[in-house]
Amino acid sequence: MNALTPPQYARTYRYDEVDREFLRERIAEFRGQVERRLAGELTEDEFKPLRLMNGLYLQLHAYMLRVAIPYGLLNSAQLRQLGTIARRWDRGFGHFTTRQNIQFNWTKLEDVPAMLEALAEVDMHAIQTSGNCIRNTTTDEYAGASPDEVVDPRVYAEILRQWSTLHPEFTWLPRKFKIAITGSPNDRVAAQVHDVGVLAKRDARGEVGFEVHAGGGLGRTPIIARKLRDWVPESEFLAYMEAVLRVYNALGQRENIYKARIKILVRDLGDEFTQMVEREYERLPRDKYRLDPEVVAAIAAHFAPPPFAALEDQALPEDPEFRRWAAASVRPHKQPGYASVTISLKPIGGIPGDASADQMEAVADLAERHSFGEIRVTHVQNLVLPHVRQEDLYTLWQGLRAAGLATPNIGLISDIIACPGMDYCALATARSIPIAQRISERFASLDRQHDIGECFINISGCINACGHHHVAHIGILGVDKRGEEVYQVTLGGSATNDAAIGELIGPAFSYDAVVDAVETLITTYVAHRTPGERFIDTYRRIGATPFKDALYAPA
Amino acid sequence: MPLLEDGRLRPDDWTSIEDDAPLPDGPAIVSLARLRAEADALAGRNAPLGVALDPGTQPEEVAPFLPRLALVALRLPKAKDGRAFSQARSLREHHGFGGEIRATGHVLPDQYAMLLRCGVTTVEVPEGTDPNTWARSRDAVRIAYQAAQGAARPLSLLRRKLELA
Ligand code: HEM
Ligand code: SF4
Repeated sequence: MNALTPPQYARTYRYDEVDREFLRERIAEFRGQVERRLAGELTEDEFKPLRLMNGLYLQLHAYMLRVAIPYGLLNSAQLRQLGTIARRWDRGFGHFTTRQNIQFNWTKLEDVPAMLEALAEVDMHAIQTSGNCIRNTTTDEYAGASPDEVVDPRVYAEILRQWSTLHPEFTWLPRKFKIAITGSPNDRVAAQVHDVGVLAKRDARGEVGFEVHAGGGLGRTPIIARKLRDWVPESEFLAYMEAVLRVYNALGQRENIYKARIKILVRDLGDEFTQMVEREYERLPRDKYRLDPEVVAAIAAHFAPPPFAALEDQALPEDPEFRRWAAASVRPHKQPGYASVTISLKPIGGIPGDASADQMEAVADLAERHSFGEIRVTHVQNLVLPHVRQEDLYTLWQGLRAAGLATPNIGLISDIIACPGMDYCALATARSIPIAQRISERFASLDRQHDIGECFINISGCINACGHHHVAHIGILGVDKRGEEVYQVTLGGSATNDAAIGELIGPAFSYDAVVDAVETLITTYVAHRTPGERFIDTYRRIGATPFKDALYAPA
Repeated sequence: MPLLEDGRLRPDDWTSIEDDAPLPDGPAIVSLARLRAEADALAGRNAPLGVALDPGTQPEEVAPFLPRLALVALRLPKAKDGRAFSQARSLREHHGFGGEIRATGHVLPDQYAMLLRCGVTTVEVPEGTDPNTWARSRDAVRIAYQAAQGAARPLSLLRRKLELA
């Protein structure tokens, strides 16, 4: 097996010759576009949407290439190749994003065709990771593994991927379009803050159907999505999506970029939006858009369970350090004797979501040894090995520790989402990565973190909200106030079933004061919590006042 | 301006007529407002009639007139403004319009294949356009994953999975 051969049982979608040819044609096309740009046949204005369609952004210091990781699924050969790319054409790092993608922040324009060819060697690309098109669909990082799963969302995420690839009608939308799909009643994909959020479920007869929400989003106008329909039958899934997108493409705002997302249209039209989608759906030639069960079955075959061994659940070794890691990182699996493992990309004081080339290779090796060669990227910027034998957990932990990847902080206060902020981003009004690093250092004690329990801190470096601060338990937004970076704090956000937008707690804090403010919030929580109560639950029970008093009371 | 059809340039026989200008004898494109106001008089002419739609106009608004029209001209005010793609598909798919659908305005060669797949037949291009650039771009990616308008259907949605298996 050469390094680029995908492992036999990794359930990533396998390209066929048609897919590969499509990719070759597409890279050749982009090469041509680059040449036309260099020859002056395309203006930068004309070239920009074309390069964005191919994932190439211009940042503060360099180009950034954003590579699609379809619904966050990787096999070990792909992850190894990402490591190679990081080493050869970036500065030895890649940055995993909240969209389950990876970004290379130090890309040179002349290297891009070679990088794309390296990606194509492992069936990867950067198509539609930018621009006003349908972006990479995201899904549950525990798909195919989680005990609470009702429908395997990967099958429909792949169908959405194919359907949205170079869609002839929906490639020039008013604004970018992001879809998330979950197949579990427990939403782990933040469905309600996406342009379209889909909950796959089953009816009494076991048939698959979809609950569809639309018009959620964060950015400068955070909005929780509106439920359009409780049930779209499987065969009509794409017809219904066509209807939603067509209404948006026809009526979405195009004059004002800040009002161009579907959330604004849905908010302004309210129930009329739902009615318009219904009308469009009713009159579409359904036969043409029907999703054939045979097609679904053919795609589902790509995601068949790997050959699990017949095992039984077992007790974990006593080693307390291992136990602490396992408490944070190991999750039950639907297959007895197996577990899913989340790998933290949030070392204390590190850059959230960054992984070095060596780390990517180490994870690829460990995935091959312990998880059928399969890896997932999470929307919290971590990695997951979905199918690990419980009996292997201890060995795996040692392997992760050797690679600096065993920080036992999954779901804890230092498992922070942060956008690139002023360190990379041309739009930033404040730093966000250093705030994450300082908070993580302040709460470096893992005993303390485990005592605090689940608490999500998200940080954005400007109002565009790439760091999802609105849906954090503690959200931090950096803004510019007369040339000074200050940080607004919101409390009570959530991105799960009980989705909520956090509320602004009061006046902003300076760069130096914001970590103390977080500390004060946590001390207040600890003082008020009942046994076993999470930060968010305490906040919901006692309200904002005690937190405000603690933060703003005169000393 | 020249027209692009099937990847080749051809002269344009149509004339776009201002709302207050008299109608010529040959093929004429009028605004929707004029079409509405003078529907009967326009229908009585002995020459082909076309309408130019604004990107914000919903195809339903022109539906009653379609049987009398030989051409609908759509406009991309900016290359990024993709409303014409939905208008074209809706004209074909919901209203069964079989005449010429023309894309005008700021159209890029890179959009050509997608416009055709949405049911557009001709593109108005600037003088001096090299049709080969357009033809190459149209043929650059021959594979498609979705159902499209028109007879020349590429391997359609996900079907190929079965055909190739
Ligand atoms: C550094 C370059 C970046 C730039 C210039 C940028 C720019 C933007 C802008 C302008 C928006 C608002 C779009 C709108 O509401 O229409 C946005 C939204 C978003 N960005 Fe970024 N971004 C960058 C990096 C990132 C990164 C690294 C991530 C992931 C970690 C990310 C994740 C997101 C997400 C999830 C949203 C959606 C928020 C929503 O639902 O409205 N962005 N970005
Ligand atoms: S939130 Fe603002 S600063 Fe952060 S990455 Fe997005 S655009 Fe840049």
